[in-house]
Amino acid sequence: MQLEEQTITIDGQKIPFQSGQTIMDAALAAKIYIPHLCYHPEFKPHGSCRLCTVMVNGRYESACTMPSVAGQEILNNTKELNENRRALTQMLFVEGNHICPGCPKTGNCQLQAVAYYVGMLSSHYQHFYPYRDLDPSHPDYVVDFNRCILCELCVRASRDVDKKNIFAISGRGIKAHLIINSPSGKLEDTDFAVGDKAAFVCPVGAILRKRTRYTTPIGERLYDKQSIRIVGDSQQLHAGATKYGRK
Amino acid sequence: MAANKIRVATTSLAGCFGCHMSFLDIDERLLELLEHIEFDRTPLTDIKQCGPCDIGLIEGGVCNAENVHVLKEFRKNCKILIAMGACAFNGGVPALRNHYSLKDCLEESYLQGVGVVNPLIPNDPEIPLLLNKVHPIHEIVKIDYFLPGCPPSGDAIWTFLNELLAGQEISLPYQAIHYD
Repeated sequence: MQLEEQTITIDGQKIPFQSGQTIMDAALAAKIYIPHLCYHPEFKPHGSCRLCTVMVNGRYESACTMPSVAGQEILNNTKELNENRRALTQMLFVEGNHICPGCPKTGNCQLQAVAYYVGMLSSHYQHFYPYRDLDPSHPDYVVDFNRCILCELCVRASRDVDKKNIFAISGRGIKAHLIINSPSGKLEDTDFAVGDKAAFVCPVGAILRKRTRYTTPIGERLYDKQSIRIVGDSQQLHAGATKYGRK
Repeated sequence: MAANKIRVATTSLAGCFGCHMSFLDIDERLLELLEHIEFDRTPLTDIKQCGPCDIGLIEGGVCNAENVHVLKEFRKNCKILIAMGACAFNGGVPALRNHYSLKDCLEESYLQGVGVVNPLIPNDPEIPLLLNKVHPIHEIVKIDYFLPGCPPSGDAIWTFLNELLAGQEISLPYQAIHYD
Protein backbone atom coordinates (compact mmCIF):
# COMPACT_ATOMS: atom_id res chain seq x y z
CA MET A 1 0.00 0.00 0.00
CA GLN A 2 1.37 3.37 -0.96
CA LEU A 3 1.00 5.98 1.75
CA GLU A 4 -0.64 9.16 0.65
CA GLU A 5 1.65 12.16 1.06
CA GLN A 6 0.75 14.14 4.16
CA THR A 7 0.33 17.88 3.68
CA ILE A 8 -0.34 21.06 5.60
CA THR A 9 -1.43 24.35 4.08
CA ILE A 10 0.47 27.58 4.76
CA ASP A 11 -1.10 30.77 3.40
CA GLY A 12 -2.99 28.71 0.86
CA GLN A 13 0.08 26.77 -0.32
CA LYS A 14 0.01 23.01 0.22
CA ILE A 15 3.33 21.64 1.45
CA PRO A 16 4.37 18.10 2.35
CA PHE A 17 5.76 17.08 5.73
CA GLN A 18 7.25 14.01 7.33
CA SER A 19 6.07 12.58 10.63
CA GLY A 20 7.78 14.28 13.54
CA GLN A 21 8.41 17.56 11.71
CA THR A 22 7.19 20.76 13.27
CA ILE A 23 5.42 23.39 11.21
CA MET A 24 8.72 25.33 11.13
CA ASP A 25 10.66 22.29 9.84
CA ALA A 26 8.12 21.68 7.09
CA ALA A 27 7.98 25.37 6.16
CA LEU A 28 11.77 25.72 5.93
CA ALA A 29 12.02 22.56 3.82
CA ALA A 30 9.47 24.11 1.46
CA LYS A 31 11.42 27.41 1.48
CA ILE A 32 8.66 29.29 3.25
CA TYR A 33 10.06 31.86 5.67
CA ILE A 34 8.53 32.09 9.13
CA PRO A 35 10.31 34.78 11.19
CA HIS A 36 12.22 33.37 14.16
CA LEU A 37 15.10 34.14 16.50
CA CYS A 38 15.30 31.35 19.10
CA TYR A 39 14.80 28.56 16.57
CA HIS A 40 17.75 26.71 15.06
CA PRO A 41 17.23 23.47 13.11
CA GLU A 42 20.02 21.69 14.97
CA PHE A 43 18.55 22.20 18.43
CA LYS A 44 15.46 21.22 20.33
CA PRO A 45 12.97 24.06 19.82
CA HIS A 46 12.55 26.53 22.63
CA GLY A 47 9.41 28.42 21.64
CA SER A 48 10.35 31.50 23.62
CA CYS A 49 10.80 34.39 21.20
CA ARG A 50 7.25 33.98 19.87
CA LEU A 51 8.16 35.52 16.53
CA CYS A 52 7.19 32.34 14.71
CA THR A 53 3.66 32.50 16.07
CA VAL A 54 1.29 31.47 13.29
CA MET A 55 -2.44 30.84 13.17
CA VAL A 56 -3.14 27.08 13.11
CA ASN A 57 -6.77 26.20 12.47
CA GLY A 58 -7.75 29.52 14.06
CA ARG A 59 -5.45 29.34 17.09
CA TYR A 60 -2.12 31.04 17.80
CA GLU A 61 0.70 28.50 17.98
CA SER A 62 4.49 28.78 17.78
CA ALA A 63 5.53 27.14 14.52
CA CYS A 64 8.82 25.87 15.97
CA THR A 65 7.15 23.74 18.65
CA MET A 66 3.84 22.79 16.99
CA PRO A 67 3.96 19.38 15.27
CA SER A 68 2.71 19.25 11.70
CA VAL A 69 -0.57 17.39 11.49
CA ALA A 70 -2.18 16.51 8.16
CA GLY A 71 -4.76 19.01 7.04
CA GLN A 72 -3.67 21.92 9.21
CA GLU A 73 -4.71 25.29 7.78
CA ILE A 74 -1.96 27.73 8.72
CA LEU A 75 -1.75 31.49 8.32
CA ASN A 76 1.78 32.91 8.41
CA ASN A 77 2.48 35.97 6.28
CA THR A 78 -0.57 38.04 7.26
CA LYS A 79 -0.79 41.72 8.16
CA GLU A 80 -2.01 40.94 11.67
CA LEU A 81 0.68 38.36 12.47
CA ASN A 82 3.42 40.57 11.04
CA GLU A 83 2.18 43.51 13.11
CA ASN A 84 2.37 41.33 16.22
CA ARG A 85 5.88 40.30 15.19
CA ARG A 86 6.85 43.93 14.74
CA ALA A 87 5.64 44.75 18.27
CA LEU A 88 7.62 41.79 19.67
CA THR A 89 10.73 42.92 17.80
CA GLN A 90 10.32 46.47 19.11
CA MET A 91 10.07 45.10 22.65
CA LEU A 92 13.29 43.15 22.14
CA PHE A 93 14.98 46.34 20.95
CA VAL A 94 13.91 48.48 23.92
CA GLU A 95 14.58 45.78 26.50
CA GLY A 96 18.31 45.60 25.74
CA ASN A 97 20.86 48.07 24.41
CA HIS A 98 20.80 47.61 20.66
CA ILE A 99 22.78 50.49 19.22
CA CYS A 100 23.32 49.20 15.67
CA PRO A 101 25.86 51.84 14.53
CA GLY A 102 28.10 50.79 17.43
CA CYS A 103 27.75 47.04 17.02
CA PRO A 104 30.20 44.90 15.03
CA LYS A 105 27.40 42.44 14.19
CA THR A 106 25.43 45.05 12.28
CA GLY A 107 24.41 43.79 8.85
CA ASN A 108 24.82 40.19 9.97
CA CYS A 109 22.43 40.45 12.92
CA GLN A 110 19.28 38.39 12.84
CA LEU A 111 17.40 40.69 15.22
CA GLN A 112 18.11 43.55 12.84
CA ALA A 113 17.17 41.42 9.82
CA VAL A 114 13.86 40.35 11.35
CA ALA A 115 13.19 44.01 12.21
CA TYR A 116 13.80 44.94 8.56
CA TYR A 117 11.52 42.10 7.46
CA VAL A 118 8.62 43.18 9.68
CA GLY A 119 9.06 46.82 8.62
CA MET A 120 10.19 48.23 11.96
CA LEU A 121 10.85 51.95 11.46
CA SER A 122 10.87 52.98 15.11
CA SER A 123 11.33 51.33 18.47
CA HIS A 124 7.92 52.76 19.49
CA TYR A 125 8.16 51.86 23.18
CA GLN A 126 10.12 53.53 25.94
CA HIS A 127 13.69 52.28 26.12
CA PHE A 128 14.82 50.51 29.29
CA TYR A 129 18.53 51.25 28.76
CA PRO A 130 19.39 48.52 31.28
CA TYR A 131 22.80 48.46 32.85
CA ARG A 132 24.52 45.32 31.60
CA ASP A 133 28.13 44.32 31.60
CA LEU A 134 30.64 43.47 28.93
CA ASP A 135 33.00 40.54 29.35
CA PRO A 136 36.14 40.89 27.21
CA SER A 137 38.17 38.51 29.42
CA HIS A 138 38.46 35.63 26.95
CA PRO A 139 41.44 35.88 24.53
CA ASP A 140 39.31 35.12 21.45
CA TYR A 141 35.74 36.08 22.30
CA VAL A 142 33.88 38.99 23.82
CA VAL A 143 30.47 38.64 25.47
CA ASP A 144 28.34 41.79 25.41
CA PHE A 145 25.34 41.17 27.64
CA ASN A 146 23.73 44.40 26.42
CA ARG A 147 22.72 42.67 23.21
CA CYS A 148 21.52 39.33 24.58
CA ILE A 149 17.91 38.52 23.65
CA LEU A 150 17.69 35.37 25.83
CA CYS A 151 17.17 33.01 22.88
CA GLU A 152 19.20 30.38 24.76
CA LEU A 153 20.90 29.13 21.59
CA CYS A 154 24.32 29.40 23.26
CA VAL A 155 22.91 27.66 26.33
CA ARG A 156 21.58 24.80 24.19
CA ALA A 157 24.72 24.59 22.03
CA SER A 158 27.06 24.51 25.01
CA ARG A 159 24.95 21.99 26.89
CA ASP A 160 23.79 19.69 24.09
CA VAL A 161 26.66 19.80 21.57
CA ASP A 162 29.80 21.03 23.35
CA LYS A 163 28.83 19.26 26.61
CA LYS A 164 30.37 22.15 28.54
CA ASN A 165 27.39 23.93 30.13
CA ILE A 166 29.13 27.27 29.92
CA PHE A 167 26.04 29.46 29.55
CA ALA A 168 22.76 29.65 31.44
CA ILE A 169 19.87 32.01 31.98
CA SER A 170 19.47 33.19 35.56
CA GLY A 171 16.64 35.16 37.16
CA ARG A 172 13.00 35.38 36.23
CA GLY A 173 10.81 37.67 34.16
CA ILE A 174 12.34 41.05 33.53
CA LYS A 175 15.36 40.05 35.65
CA ALA A 176 16.24 37.08 33.43
CA HIS A 177 19.78 37.39 32.14
CA LEU A 178 22.60 35.39 30.61
CA ILE A 179 25.27 34.14 33.00
CA ILE A 180 28.57 32.36 32.52
CA ASN A 181 29.23 29.22 34.49
CA SER A 182 32.59 29.86 36.16
CA PRO A 183 33.58 30.83 39.72
CA SER A 184 34.40 34.37 38.58
CA GLY A 185 31.49 34.58 36.14
CA LYS A 186 34.05 35.43 33.46
CA LEU A 187 34.43 33.62 30.16
CA GLU A 188 38.21 33.36 30.54
CA ASP A 189 37.70 31.01 33.49
CA THR A 190 35.71 28.50 31.43
CA ASP A 191 36.98 26.06 28.81
CA PHE A 192 35.14 27.96 26.06
CA ALA A 193 37.10 27.50 22.84
CA VAL A 194 37.14 28.81 19.29
CA GLY A 195 35.69 25.64 17.75
CA ASP A 196 32.74 25.40 20.13
CA LYS A 197 29.27 25.26 18.64
CA ALA A 198 28.22 27.88 21.18
CA ALA A 199 30.67 30.25 19.54
CA PHE A 200 28.69 30.24 16.28
CA VAL A 201 25.03 30.31 17.22
CA CYS A 202 24.42 33.78 18.65
CA PRO A 203 21.87 35.48 16.36
CA VAL A 204 22.82 38.95 17.67
CA GLY A 205 26.06 40.66 18.69
CA ALA A 206 26.25 39.19 22.21
CA ILE A 207 28.97 36.57 21.57
CA LEU A 208 31.54 37.86 19.12
CA ARG A 209 34.87 36.59 17.87
CA LYS A 210 37.62 39.11 18.45
CA ARG A 211 39.73 40.59 15.63
CA THR A 212 37.46 39.33 12.83
CA ARG A 213 34.55 41.63 13.33
CA TYR A 214 35.18 44.10 10.53
CA THR A 215 36.60 41.74 7.92
CA THR A 216 33.46 42.28 5.84
CA PRO A 217 32.78 46.00 5.37
CA ILE A 218 29.45 47.46 6.49
CA GLY A 219 27.25 47.68 3.42
CA GLU A 220 28.44 44.32 2.07
CA ARG A 221 27.11 42.14 4.83
CA LEU A 222 24.49 39.41 4.70
CA TYR A 223 21.39 41.50 5.35
CA ASP A 224 22.63 44.76 3.83
CA LYS A 225 21.40 43.84 0.40
CA GLN A 226 18.90 41.05 0.79
CA SER A 227 16.12 40.18 3.17
CA ILE A 228 16.44 37.37 5.71
CA ARG A 229 13.44 35.88 3.94
CA ILE A 230 15.78 35.15 1.03
CA VAL A 231 19.21 34.59 2.57
CA GLY A 232 18.23 32.86 5.81
CA ASP A 233 19.90 32.74 9.21
CA SER A 234 23.31 34.27 9.82
CA GLN A 235 24.45 31.86 12.54
CA GLN A 236 23.98 28.87 10.28
CA LEU A 237 26.18 30.46 7.65
CA HIS A 238 28.88 31.08 10.24
CA ALA A 239 28.62 27.51 11.45
CA GLY A 240 29.19 26.26 7.93
CA ALA A 241 25.85 24.48 8.12
CA THR A 242 23.31 24.40 5.34
CA LYS A 243 21.14 27.38 4.64
CA TYR A 244 17.56 27.01 5.73
CA GLY A 245 15.37 25.31 3.20
CA ARG A 246 18.08 22.93 2.08
CA LYS A 247 18.17 19.74 4.04
CA MET B 1 7.60 84.02 1.99
CA ALA B 2 6.60 82.39 -1.29
CA ALA B 3 2.94 81.49 -1.24
CA ASN B 4 2.88 77.91 -2.48
CA LYS B 5 6.09 76.53 -1.14
CA ILE B 6 6.26 73.84 1.53
CA ARG B 7 8.08 75.22 4.55
CA VAL B 8 10.71 72.93 6.03
CA ALA B 9 12.69 73.25 9.25
CA THR B 10 15.56 71.02 10.31
CA THR B 11 17.68 70.70 13.42
CA SER B 12 20.38 68.50 14.92
CA LEU B 13 19.86 67.73 18.61
CA ALA B 14 22.12 65.11 20.21
CA GLY B 15 23.48 64.05 16.84
CA CYS B 16 26.73 64.48 14.94
CA PHE B 17 25.32 66.45 11.98
CA GLY B 18 25.94 63.34 9.88
CA CYS B 19 22.28 63.22 8.87
CA HIS B 20 22.48 66.82 7.74
CA MET B 21 25.62 66.00 5.76
CA SER B 22 23.70 63.12 4.21
CA PHE B 23 20.85 65.53 3.43
CA LEU B 24 23.39 67.65 1.54
CA ASP B 25 24.41 64.47 -0.30
CA ILE B 26 21.32 64.89 -2.46
CA ASP B 27 23.70 67.34 -4.19
CA GLU B 28 22.30 69.32 -7.12
CA ARG B 29 18.87 67.83 -6.50
CA LEU B 30 18.74 70.33 -3.63
CA LEU B 31 18.09 73.01 -6.28
CA GLU B 32 15.18 70.97 -7.61
CA LEU B 33 13.90 70.51 -4.07
CA LEU B 34 14.11 74.26 -3.48
CA GLU B 35 11.56 74.80 -6.26
CA HIS B 36 9.04 73.09 -3.99
CA ILE B 37 10.23 73.95 -0.51
CA GLU B 38 11.74 76.80 1.42
CA PHE B 39 13.71 76.53 4.62
CA ASP B 40 12.72 77.95 7.97
CA ARG B 41 14.94 77.24 10.97
CA THR B 42 17.83 75.04 9.89
CA PRO B 43 21.63 75.06 10.18
CA LEU B 44 21.58 75.96 6.45
CA THR B 45 19.76 79.27 6.98
CA ASP B 46 20.99 79.95 10.50
CA ILE B 47 17.48 81.07 11.51
CA LYS B 48 17.39 80.62 15.29
CA GLN B 49 13.67 80.18 15.98
CA CYS B 50 11.23 77.86 14.24
CA GLY B 51 8.12 79.50 12.77
CA PRO B 52 5.01 77.72 11.46
CA CYS B 53 6.17 74.96 9.11
CA ASP B 54 4.83 72.05 7.15
CA ILE B 55 7.68 69.63 7.76
CA GLY B 56 10.24 69.35 10.54
CA LEU B 57 13.26 67.06 10.20
CA ILE B 58 14.90 66.13 13.48
CA GLU B 59 18.35 64.62 13.68
CA GLY B 60 19.64 63.27 16.99
CA GLY B 61 18.16 62.20 20.28
CA VAL B 62 17.62 64.34 23.34
CA CYS B 63 20.52 64.73 25.78
CA ASN B 64 20.02 68.14 27.41
CA ALA B 65 17.37 70.67 28.42
CA GLU B 66 17.86 72.75 25.28
CA ASN B 67 17.22 69.68 23.07
CA VAL B 68 13.88 69.17 24.83
CA HIS B 69 12.99 72.83 24.35
CA VAL B 70 13.88 72.82 20.63
CA LEU B 71 12.06 69.53 20.04
CA LYS B 72 8.89 70.90 21.64
CA GLU B 73 9.24 74.09 19.59
CA PHE B 74 9.40 71.97 16.43
CA ARG B 75 6.41 69.87 17.45
CA LYS B 76 4.40 73.01 18.14
CA ASN B 77 5.24 74.58 14.78
CA CYS B 78 5.52 71.66 12.35
CA LYS B 79 2.53 69.85 10.91
CA ILE B 80 4.64 66.77 10.15
CA LEU B 81 7.60 65.83 12.31
CA ILE B 82 10.16 63.35 11.03
CA ALA B 83 12.77 61.48 13.09
CA MET B 84 15.85 61.25 10.88
CA GLY B 85 18.66 58.84 11.69
CA ALA B 86 19.70 56.34 14.33
CA CYS B 87 20.02 58.78 17.26
CA ALA B 88 16.51 60.16 16.84
CA PHE B 89 15.37 56.54 16.46
CA ASN B 90 16.79 55.06 19.69
CA GLY B 91 19.32 57.49 21.13
CA GLY B 92 22.11 56.06 19.00
CA VAL B 93 25.76 56.31 19.94
CA PRO B 94 25.19 59.16 22.49
CA ALA B 95 22.87 56.75 24.36
CA LEU B 96 25.89 54.55 25.10
CA ARG B 97 26.45 56.94 28.02
CA ASN B 98 23.18 55.71 29.53
CA HIS B 99 25.19 52.87 31.05
CA TYR B 100 26.95 55.29 33.33
CA SER B 101 25.80 57.91 35.78
CA LEU B 102 26.01 61.49 34.55
CA LYS B 103 28.47 62.24 37.35
CA ASP B 104 30.80 59.46 36.18
CA CYS B 105 30.59 60.70 32.57
CA LEU B 106 31.45 64.29 33.53
CA GLU B 107 34.27 63.24 35.81
CA GLU B 108 35.74 60.96 33.17
CA SER B 109 35.57 63.70 30.54
CA TYR B 110 36.65 66.74 32.51
CA LEU B 111 38.57 65.52 35.55
CA GLN B 112 40.18 62.13 35.02
CA GLY B 113 40.28 61.87 31.23
CA VAL B 114 43.54 61.28 29.38
CA GLY B 115 45.31 64.55 28.60
CA VAL B 116 43.00 66.78 30.67
CA VAL B 117 44.61 70.04 31.76
CA ASN B 118 43.00 72.40 34.32
CA PRO B 119 40.45 69.78 35.37
CA LEU B 120 37.09 71.47 35.90
CA ILE B 121 33.51 70.43 35.16
CA PRO B 122 31.99 73.27 33.08
CA ASN B 123 29.04 74.94 34.84
CA ASP B 124 28.50 78.16 32.92
CA PRO B 125 24.80 79.08 33.10
CA GLU B 126 24.71 79.36 29.29
CA ILE B 127 25.55 75.67 28.88
CA PRO B 128 22.34 73.63 28.70
CA LEU B 129 21.90 71.23 31.60
CA LEU B 130 22.48 67.61 30.66
CA LEU B 131 19.73 65.08 31.19
CA ASN B 132 20.51 61.99 33.24
CA LYS B 133 19.89 59.81 30.18
CA VAL B 134 19.84 60.29 26.41
CA HIS B 135 16.38 59.60 24.98
CA PRO B 136 15.00 59.00 21.48
CA ILE B 137 12.67 61.79 20.41
CA HIS B 138 9.53 59.67 20.26
CA GLU B 139 9.68 59.48 24.06
CA ILE B 140 9.21 63.28 24.26
CA VAL B 141 6.81 64.25 21.44
CA LYS B 142 4.63 62.54 18.85
CA ILE B 143 6.58 61.68 15.71
CA ASP B 144 4.81 61.23 12.39
CA TYR B 145 7.51 59.50 10.33
CA PHE B 146 10.77 57.69 11.02
CA LEU B 147 13.67 57.44 8.62
CA PRO B 148 16.33 55.24 10.27
CA GLY B 149 19.99 54.97 9.24
CA CYS B 150 23.36 56.15 10.49
CA PRO B 151 22.93 58.21 8.46
CA PRO B 152 20.06 57.54 6.08
CA SER B 153 21.56 57.85 2.59
CA GLY B 154 21.06 60.98 0.52
CA ASP B 155 19.00 58.90 -1.88
CA ALA B 156 16.78 57.64 0.94
CA ILE B 157 16.20 61.22 2.16
CA TRP B 158 15.52 62.37 -1.40
CA THR B 159 13.03 59.56 -2.11
CA PHE B 160 11.39 60.06 1.28
CA LEU B 161 10.89 63.82 0.82
CA ASN B 162 9.72 63.44 -2.77
CA GLU B 163 7.08 60.89 -1.90
CA LEU B 164 6.00 62.90 1.12
CA LEU B 165 5.70 66.09 -0.96
CA ALA B 166 3.75 64.17 -3.62
CA GLY B 167 1.32 62.98 -0.98
CA GLN B 168 2.17 59.35 -1.67
CA GLU B 169 2.53 56.52 0.79
CA ILE B 170 6.26 56.33 1.44
CA SER B 171 7.83 53.20 0.10
CA LEU B 172 11.59 52.77 0.19
CA PRO B 173 13.52 49.87 -1.35
CA TYR B 174 14.97 47.23 1.03
CA GLN B 175 18.49 48.59 0.87
CA ALA B 176 17.40 52.14 1.73
CA ILE B 177 16.24 51.16 5.23
CA HIS B 178 19.04 50.25 7.60
CA TYR B 179 19.81 50.95 11.24
CA ASP B 180 23.58 51.35 10.85
